[in-house]
Amino acid sequence: MAAHLSYGRVNLNILREAARKELREFLDKCAGSKAIVWDEYLTGPFGLIAQYSLLKEHEVEKMFTLKSGRLPSADVKNIIFFVRPRLELMDIIAENVFSEDKMHSPRDFHILFVPRRSMLCEQRLKEQGVLASFINIDEYILDLIPYDGDLLSMEYESAFRECYLENDQTSLYHTAKGLMTLQALYGTIPQIYGKGECARHVANMMLRMKREFAGSQNQILPVFDTLLLLDRNVDLLTPLATQLTYEGLIDEIYGITNGYVKLPPEKFAQKKQGEASKDLPTEPKKLQLNSAEELYAEIRDKNFNAVGAALSKKAKIISAAFEERHNAKTVGEIKQFVSQLPHMQAARSSLANHTSIAELIKDITTSEAFFDNLTVEQEFMTGVDTDKVNTYIEDCVAQKDPLIKILRLVSMQSVCNNGLKQKVLDYYKREILQTYGYEHILTLNNLEKAGLLKLQSSSRNNYPTIRKTLKLWMEDANEQNPNDISYVYSGYAPLSVRLTQVLARPGWRSIEEVLKMLPGPHFEERQQLPAGLHKKRQQGENRTTLVFFLGGVSYAEIAALRFLSQMEDSGMEYIIATTKLLNGTTWIKSLMDRPESQSS
Amino acid sequence: MAFITANWNPLGEAFYRKTELYEMCWNLRDGLRDCLVAAAPYGGPIALLREPVRRSPSSRPQLEIYSASGVAIASFPWKSGPVVQLGWTVSDELLCIQEDGSVLIYDLFGSFKRHFSMGQEVMQSQVLEAKVFHSPYGTGVAIVTASSRFTLATNIDDLKLRRLPEVPGNTWSAGEPTCWVVLTQDRQTKVLMSNGPELYILDTTSCTAVVPPGLGPQAGSIVHMSVSFSYKYLALFTDTGHMWTGSSHLQVNTKKTTPPKQMVWCRRPKSQQPSVVLMWDRLLMVAGVTLTPDPRFPLEDPCVLIGELDGVRIISSANQELLQEVPLVCQEIFKIASMAPGALLLEAHREYQKSSQKADEYLREIKEQSMLGEAVRQCVEAAGHEYDSNTQKSLLRAASFGKCFLTDFSPEAFVSTCRELRVLNAVRERGVGLPLTHTQLVYRQFYPLAIEVCRYLKIPDYQGVSRVLKHWASCKVQQKDLSDEAIARAVCVKVGDSPGVSYSHIAAKAYECGRPELAIKLLDFEARSGEQVPLLLKMKRSQLALSKAVESGDTDLVYTVVTYLKSEMNRGDFFMTLRNQPVALSLYRQRLESRLSLLQTAVDEYNKAKNEFSAKATEEEMRLLRFQRKLDDEKGAGLLGLSLQATMEALLALGLHKQAEQLYRDFRVPDKRFWWLKLKSLAEKEEWEELEKFSKSKKSPIGYLAFVEVCMKSNNKPEAKKYVSKVTPEQRVKAHLAVGDLEGAADAAIERKSDSELAAVLARCPASDRQLLDRLNRAAAAAAKK
Repeated sequence: MAAHLSYGRVNLNILREAARKELREFLDKCAGSKAIVWDEYLTGPFGLIAQYSLLKEHEVEKMFTLKSGRLPSADVKNIIFFVRPRLELMDIIAENVFSEDKMHSPRDFHILFVPRRSMLCEQRLKEQGVLASFINIDEYILDLIPYDGDLLSMEYESAFRECYLENDQTSLYHTAKGLMTLQALYGTIPQIYGKGECARHVANMMLRMKREFAGSQNQILPVFDTLLLLDRNVDLLTPLATQLTYEGLIDEIYGITNGYVKLPPEKFAQKKQGEASKDLPTEPKKLQLNSAEELYAEIRDKNFNAVGAALSKKAKIISAAFEERHNAKTVGEIKQFVSQLPHMQAARSSLANHTSIAELIKDITTSEAFFDNLTVEQEFMTGVDTDKVNTYIEDCVAQKDPLIKILRLVSMQSVCNNGLKQKVLDYYKREILQTYGYEHILTLNNLEKAGLLKLQSSSRNNYPTIRKTLKLWMEDANEQNPNDISYVYSGYAPLSVRLTQVLARPGWRSIEEVLKMLPGPHFEERQQLPAGLHKKRQQGENRTTLVFFLGGVSYAEIAALRFLSQMEDSGMEYIIATTKLLNGTTWIKSLMDRPESQSS
Repeated sequence: MAFITANWNPLGEAFYRKTELYEMCWNLRDGLRDCLVAAAPYGGPIALLREPVRRSPSSRPQLEIYSASGVAIASFPWKSGPVVQLGWTVSDELLCIQEDGSVLIYDLFGSFKRHFSMGQEVMQSQVLEAKVFHSPYGTGVAIVTASSRFTLATNIDDLKLRRLPEVPGNTWSAGEPTCWVVLTQDRQTKVLMSNGPELYILDTTSCTAVVPPGLGPQAGSIVHMSVSFSYKYLALFTDTGHMWTGSSHLQVNTKKTTPPKQMVWCRRPKSQQPSVVLMWDRLLMVAGVTLTPDPRFPLEDPCVLIGELDGVRIISSANQELLQEVPLVCQEIFKIASMAPGALLLEAHREYQKSSQKADEYLREIKEQSMLGEAVRQCVEAAGHEYDSNTQKSLLRAASFGKCFLTDFSPEAFVSTCRELRVLNAVRERGVGLPLTHTQLVYRQFYPLAIEVCRYLKIPDYQGVSRVLKHWASCKVQQKDLSDEAIARAVCVKVGDSPGVSYSHIAAKAYECGRPELAIKLLDFEARSGEQVPLLLKMKRSQLALSKAVESGDTDLVYTVVTYLKSEMNRGDFFMTLRNQPVALSLYRQRLESRLSLLQTAVDEYNKAKNEFSAKATEEEMRLLRFQRKLDDEKGAGLLGLSLQATMEALLALGLHKQAEQLYRDFRVPDKRFWWLKLKSLAEKEEWEELEKFSKSKKSPIGYLAFVEVCMKSNNKPEAKKYVSKVTPEQRVKAHLAVGDLEGAADAAIERKSDSELAAVLARCPASDRQLLDRLNRAAAAAAKK
């Protein structure tokens, strides 16, 4: 069921199994039938760890969503709350417990805090007078969730916002803890590199925690050679650009949440034969996207312009495979053909799905609006007219295009110009406030705080230097048969991935100047390995680097790193970890200030 | 060797043996007569108080502490009040319970630690009897007063006194219970008490009379009772000389009418039968299953019995002995004429040493039954139970001998038994004196030895060496003659980064000893902030606690400190403290207080912050709000809360062009945006004349392609066509295409000789229109040539 996790260089299934084991242990602690009350936010991430069948095996009979008022009735012995440690949730739980007491049959209550228990929350429960009602109060340390064979995410949506706007470093603490868990399972990572304030902070905490855990560390041959911690704010540009890989575009257009995408159903309905085409399904089509699907693994990281060719090639292979049946003469041959049938049918339905998705995306990518937008983005990235008010943005504002699109473009211009002139910045801001409403002044303020919008200081624009030194723009990006990571944005090579690439070869010392221009310190730390655990490297054996993006990573960046792993001469394989998978839209959204959600 | 069974005494199915542990090193002038004696379990130390009842106020009794082998550890004159009972806690602290109900606690080395009282009312009506017991919570104390009331404390480290209810009715005759014991069961502590033939169970709320099954009234009054080491078994002794034991329904007539001086359970875990050891002045008796108690041992000296987990220690002034049931495996091996595989193996080895061929015969016999593995296992296990090192050796040699003939026998049990025996033998040395477990070793301050033991037994650092070091450090900080620095340095050097040593624990000890500065110094070494912070708060070093919490990066900890500070400090100090910690401050702002209404104070704030743009934007917003209010009042336009753009849009939709224009000027809306707005609004309302007028009012800042497109969106081709001619040459092709005029588009494209535009037209050109296609292709070819 989660086999795709174990195919990669590092078997991430170990992590998942560890998480599942812990979950089972907790569930068994509460003997008898049970109902789980879910903090809704957690259901997605938990889905990646355990399906309902696992819960059912451990006598979970009912599941509810946490909401105020009375708990729905259920004939179970235990009620278990699965919650994040948030005060407002504690109040709801208290309300649940109080209304419960009036009923006849007493049930046992338990709380499972995810990812960590909190004294503050327990204090609140105590104040509410319900703390004593809980038999078990436990924590379920779910920091890094295995997302795919080479990808871990904490699914901590507000991490970037908390770190850069609110100066709240909770997410970094969880990150450090998560990395400790990882090291407990996969061995101490001997080398740590980092760039950025948060990276520094996480590294410090890790070293400190290592002291705490000293002695309990187990003797495991290290799986990872290097850890690279990167602050998102070192590279603000990349997520703002529209991703042009297949997976990136699916995320940009439809949004991928916890490995699932919801698509408009029309395209998929026609595929079913024999059914009346009238009753189109109204429910969106939900598809799981991960490397377990062979075809998807193959095309997910391709530039979208190369997907069509790949799909048609695949179509030919599949139909050729079906044609084989005519050649099958002997009973043995037919038997062999039949045994392959389920696999072929799965491949065919997978092909049909992705052809439909590709058609949906193509409708959008061939539209004029998409083209214009992309043109402007590429102008910014190549440094064309970044210091003037851009007409296209003006027009978009006048047309009242979605605010997030505007913010993305303006931010991009600002980043590519190392800040905007006062006049230009104020002009954009006024345009936005007057068109979309004054309340967005807080959002603008947030973007300024996060560094996405910036007033140009006296110093000169250093973006061109960075661009040239790191070769962020490649004129002749080959989309079909890429030879450089810049294919993921059809020309732009993501800064974060370039840093990773340079670190592997020839090393950061060669770009010292540029590193100084980017925000935050860069550093290197070494962790002592217990004697006897030093790896004896075979000739030609690849090294493994864990790249941790603090504040989020986009699918295109992941694609670029996978491309580097696959390059024959790179000698390096990358595993990616992040606080959250994001794209420009979700990222800006997380930074927006919505007055209605502030009243807490 | 043959004499191993010499000290075995059969009782029912089992055998009992009495082994000498030590000849006592002590030199007691009057023996154990008139002494209060207490020995700690698990081979623990012995405390002795001579003549507790003072003959005269001037005479001071001597309190002495000895190791189990009788080596003097401490001795000092007793200066406090009369002592009723001595006892040891689980951590080898000495409890001295006085007549007035106060309990004094001393450590193993006789230095006073603290004291507590068993309650106010005890002070008036003296303690008659007291008992020290061990519960799952720790060590407890129970007393009964002269007014026959019981008071219990289940854990002296977390003192909660429980006064038990009075025993009801007039059955209370003698005024004092004849005998009583403390039972701890299911985390509950109860007192079982007898009054004549009746038995009562007292718990915190009630007093219940109980009748032990099978104990008839003819048995007489209960004069003595005893519970087993595990608190699972109970033995009663009646004045007719009958002994009754709880779960086994054992009734034994001892034919002794005097109550025994002591009655102690002697029972090993997994033993075959329960038995009780009774002691009279000159007689020791083991009472088991059979009706006549046997064996009996004469006693020369007054003795004291100490119940252990697996036997009874008998201490007299001259020596110390262990009375225990012979473990089954030892019985099998050493029992006379035993044919057990272990016994045969031992014999085989003995013959082998004599170079006799009989060795082979014995071995063959075992192997024929394929019992060799079992034989080795038996020998190894038996060695573990033997006290005499020669016996141990011969058993282990036999095991090792047998092992040679086995191919796949796991040596683990053999190795660990050897290891454990070496340790046990080492600590049984007279100088150390019998502690059995390594923790006990630690508490006796034999630190180097303890560390060696830990290393030798391969106990993980976390559980072994670290705990020893912790204990050592805790002890170190209590040395008053050293300076803070010296101690901190010493601790740091020794403990270093040893895993699992909690500096905060050591610091807490230092703080308890009234050395807060030392505590802070030590806390600096603590890696776990979660441990540092609570202690710092306890020491009222809130500033330090806060910065440590922030340093840790654990925000939950920061909140905890902030909440604590808020309740402890006044507002001013609170904010001053926070100001020094920006992280804490922002966390406070974020979560703890409901957010300020930013909008209200925004202008002031922005001005203060010299953020001109925002101040102005906010002022503009207020102006807009006022304008909206006015128009809403006048025209009922429903504008309040809309953005400027949305307001203008609404005004135009309502036909209030003048007001819209006014906003456009007042708020310096860029021309472009206003033109877009007006264009769309007019097209939407299909006011085409108005639109045309507008287009001519001045040169359009947004060009005329926009006009064409907007008209087409409203499906008005004729209107759209009006503007095509005005479009700039660069956009003309697009404009023609937009209105569907292919010819025009083709003309424009050909004129501009642009291949991309030609291609765009070509793409739209239907295949049927041969003529146009040819024209375009020719032009494209021409453009390409150039």
